[in-house]
Amino acid sequence: MSDAFHQRIHSALIDQQLQDALASFAGRLMRERRSSVGGEEFPEYQELRAQANLIKRHTMENLDHYLEILSRKVEEHGGQVAWCRDAGEAQAFIGQLARERGVRLAVKSKSMTSEEIGLNEALEHYGVEATETDLGEFIVQLAHEHPFHIVAPALHKNRRQVAALLSEKLGVAWEEEIPKQTAIARSVLRKKFLEAGMGITGANFLIAESGAVVIVENEGNARLATSVPRIHVAVAGIEKVIPRAADLAVFLKLLGRSATGQPLTSYTSFLAGPRRPGEMDGPDEFFLLLLDNGRSRILADRDKRQTLYCIRCGACLNVCPVYRKIGGYSYPGTYSGPIGAILTPQLSGITYEPELPFASSLCGACGEVCPVKIDIPKILVELRSEVRKAERRESRGAIGVQAAGWERIAFAVWAWLMRRPRLFELAGSAAQVLLPADRDGGWIRSLPGLLQAWTRWRDFPPPAAHSFRQLWRRQRRRSN
Amino acid sequence: MPAREHILHKIRTALGRNAGQPPAPAPPPRLVFAAASSAELVRQAIERFPGKAVRAGSDQEARDYVASQINGLRAIASPAPLLDRLGILTLPGVATAAGGPAEVQRACAESDIGITTAEYVLADTGALVTLSGARESRLVSLLPPAHIAVAPADRILTGLDELFTLLPDPAALSSSLVLIAGPSRTADVEGVLTLGVHGPKELHLVLV
Amino acid sequence: MPARVSLFVTCLVDQFFPQIGLAMTRVLERLGYEVDFPEAQTCCGQPAFNSGFWGEARLVGRHFLKVFKGCDYIVCPSGSCTSMVRRHYAEIFRKDAESLEAANALAPKIFEFSEFLVQVAQREDVGARFEGVVTYHDSCHALRELGLREGPRRLLRSVRGLELREMDAAEECCGFGGTFSVKFDDVSAAMLAGKIDSIRRTGAQSVVSADASCLMQIRGGLLRAGLPIQTLHLAEVLACV
Repeated sequence: MSDAFHQRIHSALIDQQLQDALASFAGRLMRERRSSVGGEEFPEYQELRAQANLIKRHTMENLDHYLEILSRKVEEHGGQVAWCRDAGEAQAFIGQLARERGVRLAVKSKSMTSEEIGLNEALEHYGVEATETDLGEFIVQLAHEHPFHIVAPALHKNRRQVAALLSEKLGVAWEEEIPKQTAIARSVLRKKFLEAGMGITGANFLIAESGAVVIVENEGNARLATSVPRIHVAVAGIEKVIPRAADLAVFLKLLGRSATGQPLTSYTSFLAGPRRPGEMDGPDEFFLLLLDNGRSRILADRDKRQTLYCIRCGACLNVCPVYRKIGGYSYPGTYSGPIGAILTPQLSGITYEPELPFASSLCGACGEVCPVKIDIPKILVELRSEVRKAERRESRGAIGVQAAGWERIAFAVWAWLMRRPRLFELAGSAAQVLLPADRDGGWIRSLPGLLQAWTRWRDFPPPAAHSFRQLWRRQRRRSN
Repeated sequence: MPAREHILHKIRTALGRNAGQPPAPAPPPRLVFAAASSAELVRQAIERFPGKAVRAGSDQEARDYVASQINGLRAIASPAPLLDRLGILTLPGVATAAGGPAEVQRACAESDIGITTAEYVLADTGALVTLSGARESRLVSLLPPAHIAVAPADRILTGLDELFTLLPDPAALSSSLVLIAGPSRTADVEGVLTLGVHGPKELHLVLV
Repeated sequence: MPARVSLFVTCLVDQFFPQIGLAMTRVLERLGYEVDFPEAQTCCGQPAFNSGFWGEARLVGRHFLKVFKGCDYIVCPSGSCTSMVRRHYAEIFRKDAESLEAANALAPKIFEFSEFLVQVAQREDVGARFEGVVTYHDSCHALRELGLREGPRRLLRSVRGLELREMDAAEECCGFGGTFSVKFDDVSAAMLAGKIDSIRRTGAQSVVSADASCLMQIRGGLLRAGLPIQTLHLAEVLACV
């Protein structure tokens, strides 16, 4: 398992085209973000983050209450609520609904939650073609791939790759100009919107007291998916709830800027139920699918419950120096980046990929930009501690983590040594003899064992000829 | 146990809460009005989208501007009273959306310009606040490749906070409130910005 | 009577970079402090904590608390070690009331070196002179856990003869991250390459940081790349007269 993780990382690092795409993406977003949340332009940024954190904390701590209000209000507005415990129930609900309503074609707007439950593949079994309509998702679907990034699903593709996909899968002439590629997608997908019997979306927020789903987008595909087909199904994790419409202002201000540097995205839809009597247009039926799939279990952990505050803005991915090198496909599970690193172990279990929480330098950039102030580094370290506990429970002390048994022994020895200053000093003197400098205090070019991983890329310092404590003692002796 | 009860039960167990237990007091909503609101601020924000914003000095000016944009193309308009009053519904080239959703959809899909009203305009972001209803359509502002919105100049609000103070529950008014803060756009391929992906490429606001 | 300051040099400085500890001592004494070095010190326990071995971290942490009990000020040349004691001891000792109390008593007394100079000694000019163009690398814990961004820069700008040039992405991680540097060595090296690139582009002759572990990572990479750029701890620059 962990070998596969390292393999994927390695493949990503040697893929020059991918590295170029990641570098250019990172540069762009850093510039946009800096100008958007920097001090003068957005002075209330820190205050909004604090408020957003507070709202999410309150809502999660009283989630049952808000879900009940939400459900009641949705029904008051003529909508229906489907509660689904896991992916299987969610797939079955939508699949059966489609079958009952004679739906053969569904249009989808971007939803990581629908990725999480493997919806598109499942719908095929119900005879439903589910077409992605967000341009990036559409491209990725043509390539039979999954989203590379929460907000920019096709960031790993360049225009030539897109040209190849469009010509190969749609039979259109080769076109490398991006506006023309977009026009092709618009034309192809417009037909789908007009034909589809069902629109399936996610939801950025669920407003409990309004019984509403809020969808934030730039392209207009979510508006189309929720306004043209007769049926709209919104799939949302139970953690997407916020109490009131008034709370939305805080989140909208944070979301656009955190995700793409925009004060507001092009379209924000606040949808409550199907078309009302007398309204000119809108769907005949509206279904809200509330998904648990492990979220209620995360709720139980007081320290890590904050993982559920996530509004899926992608800011943590954008600033993460690790994501920016290894990219979205290196991560196991649906979610990538720092949020993926803490969410996947909690949704899928610590042993799903035990090395995942260790794939971080704990630099803290993610926590710094998170609009809802999730303390991601803290949760990573806690998950590491849980991996160690799981290792101990396993009979041979290793659950697939590289050199796990070795590490446990090393740290046991280390802890023993660190409480015995004289022995620590002795060990230091031994190291001075065993690891001499290569030439006049020069750094070491090659080391065996675990440190081979260091010297493969960098020189390693030799122990100092005299440790600080030796020099200190010498100095104090001289002055006495 | 049906899924709903099961999920709620798991949540309550996780939180140590009982069924029917009242929630802890919610943090008071943070509604802080932005400093200013003016047609000029709106215009600046909309030009950045990019979009066009026009302050019409009279009903006639508003009508003339819309006519100049239509210029021989096919337009579809919502049957909104404001558009009626301004004489926009009777401009040459303008059809009024009517009939059921299917008819509205068909008419919109064949039009070059969609004309609607906006309930409010937010000064800080230039966002148009549109509500669907008996005389306002979702699709008229979405399907055609250009969108012209007309709004009364006295409906300019400072921002989201003022909007949600006025409308604490938008769901009470309509099944659909949409904030429009730009033309349809994407940068999904190589980060290159393209307008008019699925929604309109052109956005105009006429303040009257 | 001069105020008394106790050095926590960190295991890395003690064994590999003692000159940093000497430089700190010189600067502090120059400012009139009486400096002592509790000799029973070893490590704050951070490597075990970050690796998930909290039991071992607690054992070593308790030793630290014993060694530094009763000190007025503890000064440390590492943001991450300072943060370990100040912030993370409360986490690992949550269920150990006695250690928790000791940790809470110690927390307000431990300072990162630049933090001590700027906030306690209230000095930005420490009388240093250093000729050359220097660029500064923000070490992650000092920056994000302790909030130290301007302080080190102000100290550097007050050094006579020193020109401070900002690199792009000064705040980006160098890729060390403790055992991350060997467990995910390829990623660590890729991050390091980016950092070295930023450093090189400033044209600076030296790169300065306030954490020896970052310097170890960066210097290791500079040497391997054959680049003649010097690495210095902030204390070493400030010790020059």
